[in-house]
Amino acid sequence: MPRRSDAVVRRGLRHVGRAIAEQPGIFALALLGSSLYGGMTVASAYVVGGVTDRVILPAFAEGATTAAALTLAAAVILAVAVLKIVGILGRRLFAGIMSFRLQADYRRRVTGQYLRLPLSWHQRHPTGQLLSNANSDVESAWFFVSPLPFACGAVVMIGMTVVALLLTDPLLAVVGFVVFPLVFVVNAVYSRAMSPRMARAQQLRAEVSEIAHESFDAALVVKTLGREADETERFSARATELRDGLIAVGRLRGLFDPLMEALPNLGTLAVLLVGAERVVAGTTAAGDLVSIAYLFTLLALPIRAIGWVLADLPRALAGFDRVTPVLEATGRTPHGTDPAPRGQRGAALGLRDVGFGYDGVTTPTLHGVTFDVAAGRTLAVVGPTGAGKSTLAGLLVRLVDPRTGEVLLDGVDLRTLREGEVSSEVAFVAQSTFLFDDTVRDNVTLGAPYDDEQVHEALRIAAAEDFVARLPEGLDTRVGERGASLSGGQRQRLALARAVVRRPRLLVLDDATSAVDPAVEARILDALRTADRPVTVVVVAYRQATIELADEVVWLEGGRLVDRGSHAELLARVPGYAELVRAYQPPEADAPDRQPAEARA
Amino acid sequence: MSRAEEPLLAADRRPEGALATLRRGLRMMPEFRSGLPVTFLLALLATAGRVVVPVAVQQTLDRGLAGPDGPDLPLVRELVLGSALVVVLTGVAVHRMNVRLFRTTETALAGLRVRAFRHVHDLSVLHQQGQRRGSLVSRVTSDVDQLSVFMQWGGVLGLISLGQLVVATVVMAVYSWQLTLLVLVCFLPLGVAVRFFARRLAHAYGVVRERVGDVLAAVGESVVGAPTVRAYGVRARTAARIDRAIDRHYRASVDAQKVTAGVYVSGEFVAAIANAAVVVVGVLLGVGGQISAGTLVAFLFLVTLFVAPVQTASEVLNEAQNAIAGFRRVLDVLDTEPDVRDPSDGRTLPPGPLDVRFEHVGFSYVPGGRKALDDVDLTIPARTRIAIVGETGSGKTTFAKLVTRLMDPTGGRVLVGGVPLAEVAFASLRERVVMVPQDGFLFDASVADNVRYGRPGLTDAQVVAAFAELGLEAWVEGLPAGVATSVGQRGESLSAGERQLVAVARAYVADPDLLVLDEATSAVDPATERRLTHALDTLTDGRTTLTIAHRLSTAERADEVLVVDAGRVVQRGPHAVLVDAPGPYARLHASWRRSSGRQPDPVG
Repeated sequence: MPRRSDAVVRRGLRHVGRAIAEQPGIFALALLGSSLYGGMTVASAYVVGGVTDRVILPAFAEGATTAAALTLAAAVILAVAVLKIVGILGRRLFAGIMSFRLQADYRRRVTGQYLRLPLSWHQRHPTGQLLSNANSDVESAWFFVSPLPFACGAVVMIGMTVVALLLTDPLLAVVGFVVFPLVFVVNAVYSRAMSPRMARAQQLRAEVSEIAHESFDAALVVKTLGREADETERFSARATELRDGLIAVGRLRGLFDPLMEALPNLGTLAVLLVGAERVVAGTTAAGDLVSIAYLFTLLALPIRAIGWVLADLPRALAGFDRVTPVLEATGRTPHGTDPAPRGQRGAALGLRDVGFGYDGVTTPTLHGVTFDVAAGRTLAVVGPTGAGKSTLAGLLVRLVDPRTGEVLLDGVDLRTLREGEVSSEVAFVAQSTFLFDDTVRDNVTLGAPYDDEQVHEALRIAAAEDFVARLPEGLDTRVGERGASLSGGQRQRLALARAVVRRPRLLVLDDATSAVDPAVEARILDALRTADRPVTVVVVAYRQATIELADEVVWLEGGRLVDRGSHAELLARVPGYAELVRAYQPPEADAPDRQPAEARA
Repeated sequence: MSRAEEPLLAADRRPEGALATLRRGLRMMPEFRSGLPVTFLLALLATAGRVVVPVAVQQTLDRGLAGPDGPDLPLVRELVLGSALVVVLTGVAVHRMNVRLFRTTETALAGLRVRAFRHVHDLSVLHQQGQRRGSLVSRVTSDVDQLSVFMQWGGVLGLISLGQLVVATVVMAVYSWQLTLLVLVCFLPLGVAVRFFARRLAHAYGVVRERVGDVLAAVGESVVGAPTVRAYGVRARTAARIDRAIDRHYRASVDAQKVTAGVYVSGEFVAAIANAAVVVVGVLLGVGGQISAGTLVAFLFLVTLFVAPVQTASEVLNEAQNAIAGFRRVLDVLDTEPDVRDPSDGRTLPPGPLDVRFEHVGFSYVPGGRKALDDVDLTIPARTRIAIVGETGSGKTTFAKLVTRLMDPTGGRVLVGGVPLAEVAFASLRERVVMVPQDGFLFDASVADNVRYGRPGLTDAQVVAAFAELGLEAWVEGLPAGVATSVGQRGESLSAGERQLVAVARAYVADPDLLVLDEATSAVDPATERRLTHALDTLTDGRTTLTIAHRLSTAERADEVLVVDAGRVVQRGPHAVLVDAPGPYARLHASWRRSSGRQPDPVG
């Protein structure tokens, strides 16, 4: 156990070193400010002593004073204060800047990794974890930096105090040697006792929050079954645990605070006791005694800054440990050097013996899939849940690479193409649409130079023109986080427009029209196919209306291509196909649009 | 962003000062009031320890070292020992005060939290504004947490500081009223500036909070939008967006830090001016023989005691504002009247099958606004299976919410089993009338626990039996641990269709006499679809059933169909009759048949 906590201290100090090494300049400035503050704090004590000795006591003894003496006293007090203020400003500002810079820096690095790492890496990590890695974990990794310069300055200050004590009176210095280490030890003991209690309280907070989330999400079930009282009891039990946990934290804190308060006070009294004898013996001036007594009262706060840093280190390490794997993750999508074959027509697509399996899953998701789609044709991919349809769609746009076999665009293996080439020729609309927190226009163009006319044309084809026209600022309306202000159907149509505006040579739709009326869907496909540049379309579909739009259908089952042919042929040949297509009953065409309509009500 | 700022609850709209919030809070937290005077007394005592040291310094200088008979060391020893005793005693007092304070505040906050939680369940916003549920959650979690953190840190600090300010002022006045007045005059500008500082701080941290939200959203794009970013090759653009958000957050944080530091040092500066003034004026007074040297030195110590609370206040100010804002949000929950109340002398529903009667029922979500239901007048005989169909926004869902009394009609009344719903005790209503919502929400527990939710106390064997009666034993046996299988958060380890199966079982064991089903719209694989259809047939058998039908095959199987359009019932009758009659139903049915590719086959 002691060895383990030693390791934590060592790692903690290394982590502190890392922070300093990342921002050496800013840290130096903050430390300078902190040292100035510390020096001026010690100096201010001596100013009080000096003023006592040279101005106050003579004046009281002689019953007279000079304007010069008073002006000097006031000027020195103010000068020291101004320098101290400069020190505080420097310390606080640069400490803040250092902490915020580290956070911003690591956030950039983490999100940079998120954008660089292949999709297969993303699929292995839960979304919630990745979000907290970039947010709260980064924050806790560098939070301790804010009081760090203060703490370092406090070390400087303690050093100066000890020197000052030694110079003034070695016997008084002994008092300091007892009090300061004692303050430090109390701090260390406190930190160690506190961190498990804090961790427990934090854990309980999370649990209370989880119950509240779940219970409120279940509102309809809770209410219609009349279970409000039971839910409250469930919540109350955990809230009571949390209360007890917080009271336990409070008890410890309630003991520590007065202790830290009393120690410097007792030190001051000890200084008085020892100092009075020394004054009587003539070895110390009364003014020095006052200085040292004053100094002790001033030192209490900076010493505690050391405790803040130490107390926060375990949390910082935990946060950093969660961020490190992201930063160290390797895995790139290697790109080739070739440009994609261009052309005015749709692209021919070929799959050769394609196999794919997710990491850690023994049975492959896709196995030996081979088929061709001639340029300008439309292919529907149909199969039961878990047949590998979405994986197949992802392979066509190189979201993932096949484990075996190859995916060919106009006869060229996707992996030999330069970065950016695939996305310039192939457009993909995913099952769950994703919109950026941006304007309608930018969500369609994604920053590419399409003019408004092209955007409107794409919106028209995707049957999104009418609702966009009704939005308060038309194309310039911001859609909110993940398109929160739009309905599911509207989001889907914008995602379609995004694909359409690019005039891709291959369009891959992964069940991307489920919330769009079949007639609209047919119009979209017609517009794409009869245009001057007939596009090749691969569509993962469930509903018969969509499937009927395809020239050909492939039937996937258990990761294998079982059959292929026209809709009528498959209906006749494949019993599973007939069952699936018949069983699937779409909700009324506009059902996914309902949610926001209700929200507005 | 602006959307989230709209008031969520009626009580949110009121503007209110900090003191008024505190008064309201004290009224609503009886646990907090008890023992408060003793805590305050201890807080006052606690500051004594801080004052005793300057006094000891003064006494040592004036009486111990510069006494009329020369230095008096025994007196110094007595003084120091006496002071040490006071320091220790006040330490104990502070400890007692802290513990009391933590206990009462945490107990009071836990009580507040639980009461607010209970109250939220009574509010209709919870099920009417699903997308803003998160903000209700935060009122019983992070808002209360923030209050508690503040009380543990700023609250104690603030209380002691306040006491210290009072005690330091009194002691200073005892030493020298002239110098005290001088110090107060020095600090006067700071007192005036506090409001200004508070505003600046609130604004600066408000911006920071907003930027934090932007960063969260931007980071989310790199994670949630990962496939889109890759498929469209917009990595650089997305990285630029994220960097911009991170940068703006960074700059807002630095700005806020500047304001905080500025506020903090202004206290320091005023203290220095006060110190200088005290030295100058004190010496002049001393020369005039009005105060002693010891008094003046002690006064310099006392000024630092006076400064400390002022600086603490500037540190606590911002947190205090946030905490009070959170406090207000929690109190607003309790101050919002539930729209639907359990009648005090509630009647029970008559035993046996229940019929439903709508008497000229109207409903609008906004008073005076568009009517979601308009003058609906009809009777549904007991044991009939009714399908309600209609386009989005036609009022289907409103129908269901009125029958289950999730809301009360704004006109007319609803009777179930001949009793007006508003007069039925909740206990009786929830036992006899059960709704299966569209998304049959599952708790993070076992399948059995989720089924038991409909009827607490059922054994696992009884749950298994219920599944068997619904024809689902094969499905249950196929689960890794049978009914003990954990369903995961929100039931995520089951498919959407399987979640529906559990929801149906839950309604089945509740054994209601009136059943309201909001049909799920999500796609379900054929095997599960078959099971679901069969289970629903068993569930609805012999019960009065209202199904909000999103698939017209459900309407085909119902005894009768109600077609709702623009808040009115426009057609009613069996499917077989309506489908051939010209009208909205025939149109809906034809369009549905086209999209699902169904042949006009015989009705099952």
